[in-house]
Amino acid sequence: MLSIRDLHARIGERKILKGLNLEVGAGEVHAIMGPNGSGKSTLASVLAGREGYEVTNGRVEYLGQDLLAMEPEERARAGVFLAFQYPVEIPGVNNAYLLKAALNAVRRPRGLPELDAFEFLALVREKMKLMQMDESFLNRGVNEGFSGGEKKRNEILQMALLEPRLAVLDETDSGLDIDALRVVAAGVTSLRAPDRAIVLVTHYQRLLDYIEPDFVHVLSDGQILKSGDRTLALELEKRGYDWVRQEAKVA
Amino acid sequence: MSTTPTDLDALVAQKYRHGFVTDIESDTLPPGLDEDVIRLVSRKKGEPEFMLDWRLKAFRHWLTMREPDWAHLRIAPIDYQSISYYSAPKKKDGPKSLEEVDPKLLATYEKLGVPLHERARLAGVAVDAVFDSVSVATTFKDRLAKAGVIFCPFSDAARDHPELIERYLGSVVPHTDNYFAALNSAVFTDGSFVFVPKGVRCPMELSTYFRINAANTGQFERTLVVAEEGSHVSYLEGCTAPMRDENQLHAAVVELVAQADAQIKYSTVQNWYPGDENGVGGIYNFVTKRGECRGANSRISWTQVETGSAITWKYPSCILTGENSVGEFYSVALANHCQQADTGTKMIHIGRNTRSTIVSKGISAGRGQNTYRGLVKILPSAEGARNYTQCDSLLMGDRCGAHTFPYMEIKNPTAVVEHEATTSKIADDQLFYCRSRGISEEDAVNMIVNGFCKAVFKELPMEFAVEAQNLLAVSLEGAVG
Repeated sequence: MLSIRDLHARIGERKILKGLNLEVGAGEVHAIMGPNGSGKSTLASVLAGREGYEVTNGRVEYLGQDLLAMEPEERARAGVFLAFQYPVEIPGVNNAYLLKAALNAVRRPRGLPELDAFEFLALVREKMKLMQMDESFLNRGVNEGFSGGEKKRNEILQMALLEPRLAVLDETDSGLDIDALRVVAAGVTSLRAPDRAIVLVTHYQRLLDYIEPDFVHVLSDGQILKSGDRTLALELEKRGYDWVRQEAKVA
Repeated sequence: MSTTPTDLDALVAQKYRHGFVTDIESDTLPPGLDEDVIRLVSRKKGEPEFMLDWRLKAFRHWLTMREPDWAHLRIAPIDYQSISYYSAPKKKDGPKSLEEVDPKLLATYEKLGVPLHERARLAGVAVDAVFDSVSVATTFKDRLAKAGVIFCPFSDAARDHPELIERYLGSVVPHTDNYFAALNSAVFTDGSFVFVPKGVRCPMELSTYFRINAANTGQFERTLVVAEEGSHVSYLEGCTAPMRDENQLHAAVVELVAQADAQIKYSTVQNWYPGDENGVGGIYNFVTKRGECRGANSRISWTQVETGSAITWKYPSCILTGENSVGEFYSVALANHCQQADTGTKMIHIGRNTRSTIVSKGISAGRGQNTYRGLVKILPSAEGARNYTQCDSLLMGDRCGAHTFPYMEIKNPTAVVEHEATTSKIADDQLFYCRSRGISEEDAVNMIVNGFCKAVFKELPMEFAVEAQNLLAVSLEGAVG
């Protein structure tokens, strides 16, 4: 589904990704772990098409398409979803309004009819139950005055609504207390599906206690140094990242 | 994304939609201004003697005044002698009904999306449509008359209700008030008069569409709204203008009088030709709008959405004389291309426990310069006065400007005055967030801008709010690549 080959990217003069390779198949959950500054969030941003990141080399293929040639909104309509590490506040814009606009924007290219206000409300209420969110969220400004946990729940709510093929979750566990983490993780787990791939970008393995990944990759200095299964995450938790780097050097 | 210069070029390249000139024979005075011109204007309008005297007084005072230069505006010199001060669509005997109105005129309204006859009937809105300087169609007069409400062209009022005009004209904005108000007092050719008698709730929203059409004709409107004790009225004013090269001067005066327990809501959506991308052409809009809450517990509320004009100089204000009276000002001002806006309000607290609210939202794009200028003045007599001011600026791109000049004069220690101000750039983060949810960049900009303006839009009457949102969307169309 997603194939990243020899990806190099930089911000200004600073090279961040230095030849990253990753293959993600449908139905799989991949965890990308790594120390601060290793390029995890850059990877997420490049996949979603954020401005300011220059791809200097490499290719990203998504469902046979050249992902990097697409505008951010085209990627979203093609089924790519990014859950933001820091969801931005948009004062005065009704949360429900944004959700409905987004939902209809991704439904159109899928050949699905647009939902009217009633159909939308019914759907969003159902999804909100899943995320244990109060209905009052709908009438608040987008992320306006939301707590850290509420923002992250709102992200996963969007994912549940938009039903992406490829979801990239950027540090979705950061800033969450343990209860919120459980809710968010349960939400994500419920969205696992045979035709959907999920890429979890995370610093800590604790998220992986709740969302079991099929593959774990260690990202360091802009490259995937090591890949393995779930046990790799546990090992990282115990031993830190240094040994992976040492191992890579030796190799 | 939206804030790169290339994208802004696209924004700037957007042409004014309502640019066209209707070809109607005009009965137009040659350019120039002296006492004879004023006498002629007054005679053409069939005014009573006191009006002419008042005009001449204003003119003589105007001659002693100088143009104000304190605003944050760059204004090309205006040659007042090159302006024609009277222009009336030619008429045989004057239309008695819409059927008699020049079809071309009606077609113009159609183009503007203002199908007068239909819209008026469907929406239940009485329209005193001002085309150039003479009112050509007035509807729903009967229904209003039944309620005792007077809503008519100003010149009719001067003839039919001289006692009301003599009593109220210039009572809020005196003929000596400022340069442009004095000029208006001398030469104004039309406008509307509204009188709502004691205890009457006006049965419909009153609406006027202004349109400047004849080349080189300065438009000098005069609007007077009087709400007697315990009455309510909501007045809507909306404007578009055709495209042209010359600068057009517009110096209107609006006066509102609210007696005890009366409420006046005055809403404006202004979309005059702003000039082209290089700042050529466009309307000069120098307007004096002021209301007085004369009686206790009265309320005056100004709501404006200003997207047009090359230059806007406008400060709808409230004089809060009556005890417990309330003044409100809600404003969205957009300065795009080379537009300049210097706008805000004055809240003058005189009575005890008077309250005022100011919510100003300025949007700057292209090379637009947007200035908020506001005065909150609490006089020693205004025991327990309160003011809340919120003043937000939104910047799009890096060649525009936002400026805020809040003045406060507090002469009573019991006053509570609050001021909040923010300036933000339309954030790339916000745009990216929306786009990463599948929403196009242009829709995202509209969404963010409308969110920014929400506190003002919710003060507008329903249909007007929709119109205002559309107007903003059109004005920002192409803002993003």
